[in-house]
Amino acid sequence: MAYSDKVVDHYTNPRNIGTLDKSKNTVGTGLVGAPECGDVMRLQIEVNDETGVIQDAKFKTFGCGSAIASSSLATEWLKGKTIDQALEIDNMDIVEELALPPVKIHCSVLAEDAIRMAINDYRAKQGLEPLISEKVHH
Amino acid sequence: MKLPIYLDNNATTQVDPRVFEVMIPYFLNDFGNAASKSHPFGWKAEEAVDYAREQIAALIGANEKEIIFTSGATESNNLAIKGVYEMYAAKGNHFITVTTEHKAVLDACKHLEKLGAEITYLPVGSDGLLKVEQVAEAIKPNTVLVSVMYGNNELGVIQPIREIGKLCKEKGVLFHTDATQAVGKIPVDVLADNIDLMSFTAHKMYGPKGIGALYVRRKNPRVKVTAQMDGGGHERGMRSGTLNVPGIVGLGKACELARLEMDAEAIRLSALRDKLEKALLNLEESYVNGSAEHRLPHTANISFKYVEGEGLMMGIKDIAVSSGSACTSASLEPSYVLKNLGLDDELAHSSLRFGLGRFTTEEEVDYTINCVTEAVNKLRDMSPLWEMFKEGIDLKSIEWTEH
Repeated sequence: MAYSDKVVDHYTNPRNIGTLDKSKNTVGTGLVGAPECGDVMRLQIEVNDETGVIQDAKFKTFGCGSAIASSSLATEWLKGKTIDQALEIDNMDIVEELALPPVKIHCSVLAEDAIRMAINDYRAKQGLEPLISEKVHH
Repeated sequence: MKLPIYLDNNATTQVDPRVFEVMIPYFLNDFGNAASKSHPFGWKAEEAVDYAREQIAALIGANEKEIIFTSGATESNNLAIKGVYEMYAAKGNHFITVTTEHKAVLDACKHLEKLGAEITYLPVGSDGLLKVEQVAEAIKPNTVLVSVMYGNNELGVIQPIREIGKLCKEKGVLFHTDATQAVGKIPVDVLADNIDLMSFTAHKMYGPKGIGALYVRRKNPRVKVTAQMDGGGHERGMRSGTLNVPGIVGLGKACELARLEMDAEAIRLSALRDKLEKALLNLEESYVNGSAEHRLPHTANISFKYVEGEGLMMGIKDIAVSSGSACTSASLEPSYVLKNLGLDDELAHSSLRFGLGRFTTEEEVDYTINCVTEAVNKLRDMSPLWEMFKEGIDLKSIEWTEH
């Protein structure tokens, strides 16, 4: 199974690897997946209090090339978006952008879950209710 | 040094040019059917096949009449297991095998279970090894066959075959071994090892794909298997089908070369393997999977904790190896062999299997050491699990979101 050029690119030149300070209440953290599945993604966002814009996003991933690329791409897309715009990111957008084959679609689903979890974590810190996703996953 | 480097010799091997050379005439000029008894084309082919039988028998300590040609080890395993089941049905229907066998054995056994056979799957220890006592305890009056692989394809672990064979002989139970990874790499002697049936194939010992053999003992006891391929009665009625003469000639030559070069090759390869392994074990949290002592000379299965196998292989794209991680299997399940060793999840998904071979050079090993080291370190910088480990967090205490 050959990887798409974009997946290879994200792997070789990953964007936004790193760790944000979990203790800040402008930082939301999403930790999804499980070691026994071979996929764990940690995605973090830092939201500007006044503008509500995601000013920074970082990730770390334990997983295959497609998983790494999906989470790396997610952080790229998140920067500069508002929370509402971030919620519109759909896993199939990731699949299309990275040309993921069917067997790797679950990597994109995990990335989308990580985004939502990070947002909900931020909301919880702001004293807001978590958003329930009504999405049906492909 | 050419790239990419091939270190996946447990998956398959390059055909040795010397093997290829002897095969060529049997495609072109001497293309006869070995079963054509009435003309020189057939006689020439038959002669070549007979000679190959001798070459093969010499490698494994057998008689040339005891070699049955098949399309490969998978077919040999099927023939042994299903063929014994049918032939010895009056004696019983209990088979004993091991959880870490190749799918060709496990799936053949599952097939027999559907037909009403009783199969015992013995577990292995954390080093991948079976204990002879386990087999002794499992044998019953209606046990017909014990099947234990000689050398494991994923780990390289070598089972106590000689002792198991001796036990089976004492108990009057047939003993089959899938010796695909062992034949041609370590000394295998069907008499000294008390083996009644043995599967092996050419393409793991620098021969062509599509040709293998099943050793079927003729004396003490005389063993027979019911043919799974009917039609013409070839191979003493045990496997019908026109013989793959060029393939057989190749298998014969491959066996001869192995017999002559195996000892020196094992010394060279285990030195290279040990060099590779020692260097990679310098990395923190890296582990050899399976017994390091009872092991084939050319195999190393190493887990790099907190780094995922497929991701790692992407980082060493100029080196061909394989991994036990779920991502690399179509079913998304991690290697059942590693799981049967009781490996933690972080280790089962993080393994690389290195299979060195006849054409592996020290330069290639050195390049691999550097490449893998670099890739592991880069991926650990990207791994949330590694970060948590470094912070002293117990990963088992985390509630993961399952998928």
